[in-house]
Amino acid sequence: MSTFVYMTRCDGCGQCVDICPSDIMHIDETIRRAKNIEPNFCWECYACVKACPNHAIDVRGYADFAPMGHSVRVRREEEKGTISWKIKFRNGTEKNFVSPITTKPWGKFIPKLAEGDIPNQGEIKSQILYREPEALNTKKALPTVSKGSFKKGVYY
Amino acid sequence: MIYNNPFLGLSNFVSPVAMQGFVIVMIALVVLGTLLDIIHKKNVKYFFNNAKKAKKNAKIEITTSQKTSVILKTVAYDIATTSELGRGKRRVAHLLGMYGTILFWIGSVIMIFCYSNPSSDTPSFWPIIWHVGALMTVIGGGWFWFFLRVDVYSEAQPWYRIIKADLFVLALVASSLTGLIWSYLQSLNLNDRWDDKVFLVLFIVSNLVLFGGVYWSKFAHMFYKPGAAIQKNLAEADGSRDNLPPPADAPKQFGLGIKREEPKHY
Repeated sequence: MSTFVYMTRCDGCGQCVDICPSDIMHIDETIRRAKNIEPNFCWECYACVKACPNHAIDVRGYADFAPMGHSVRVRREEEKGTISWKIKFRNGTEKNFVSPITTKPWGKFIPKLAEGDIPNQGEIKSQILYREPEALNTKKALPTVSKGSFKKGVYY
Repeated sequence: MIYNNPFLGLSNFVSPVAMQGFVIVMIALVVLGTLLDIIHKKNVKYFFNNAKKAKKNAKIEITTSQKTSVILKTVAYDIATTSELGRGKRRVAHLLGMYGTILFWIGSVIMIFCYSNPSSDTPSFWPIIWHVGALMTVIGGGWFWFFLRVDVYSEAQPWYRIIKADLFVLALVASSLTGLIWSYLQSLNLNDRWDDKVFLVLFIVSNLVLFGGVYWSKFAHMFYKPGAAIQKNLAEADGSRDNLPPPADAPKQFGLGIKREEPKHY
């Protein structure tokens, strides 16, 4: 399964781009709305689905059962501190859950990355992620994969 | 300059009928571009299919008066204040650009159709509306393009990277900015010097790009977004909610209630 974006709902705010742990939510160059550039690499972690303030992101089921009408959707209300889930089964059964947001506040346990230096284009395009390797508690250089070793059809 | 009707000066060498014809052609280009966009993207078909799906999943039967009330509230709040952009710089910049553009276009149409005859006397209200609108559009659009574009703000792309998605905002800012410069140069009484003619040509070209490029740009979003907002609020009212769960019936501060940060973590 992978995420997809309802283009009429998306306003291009960048929250999903910011939060995606796979760095696969990006901005479309024609309409400046979010899109999943690599559905195969989506972990279905729902981070972007929860982060989207306009509920513009959904998760597509596998082709064999998606047409049968199931749905898993989520509403995040940060002012209430809640995450609500609605699971709709193929036979129409519905289950609703409400859970507290347990994410730790920024700056206390999670570093305030927004106040860090803006990475340059070379850093953005490199295989090393932002604040690596020091964020991994190491000073050693991390291994990289040469682009020549990528299989045909994979371009980065 | 701000009290000067720039189209009145133009009427010395371009007939008012030609100016009015240009406006009509621009409107026709917008209609044509939007229709082609609708056919190509099939978005209106999607809207109607979605509305049918929502009706099927409706939990409450809403009356016509309730529907009208939802639509009016959506127009007054969601559309008029672009509430989907939340509170912040993006919304302020969008409102500046949106209302600036509306004022600029209304001012242009009124002055071209009612006060472009050399013998006419333009009330100072309309040139003020035109200039203030153009200035608001330049400020809102420029602020957005240089600082708030999501690819610059959230993806750390350089501000000078131009992509196809910039066609609309750049053409809009260009038309307002060149219009303002053209009006300013006209007010200097340069005695037929080349300057104001150059900016007049740039003003015309930027308008041609803006209105002629509807099919390739995101111009038509100003028609789709209100439709999407109305559909979203109708779905909330009838209980179908696009399969979303209802708002949580939980005590305030059920969780930590952390405040969302700006999407700037790269």
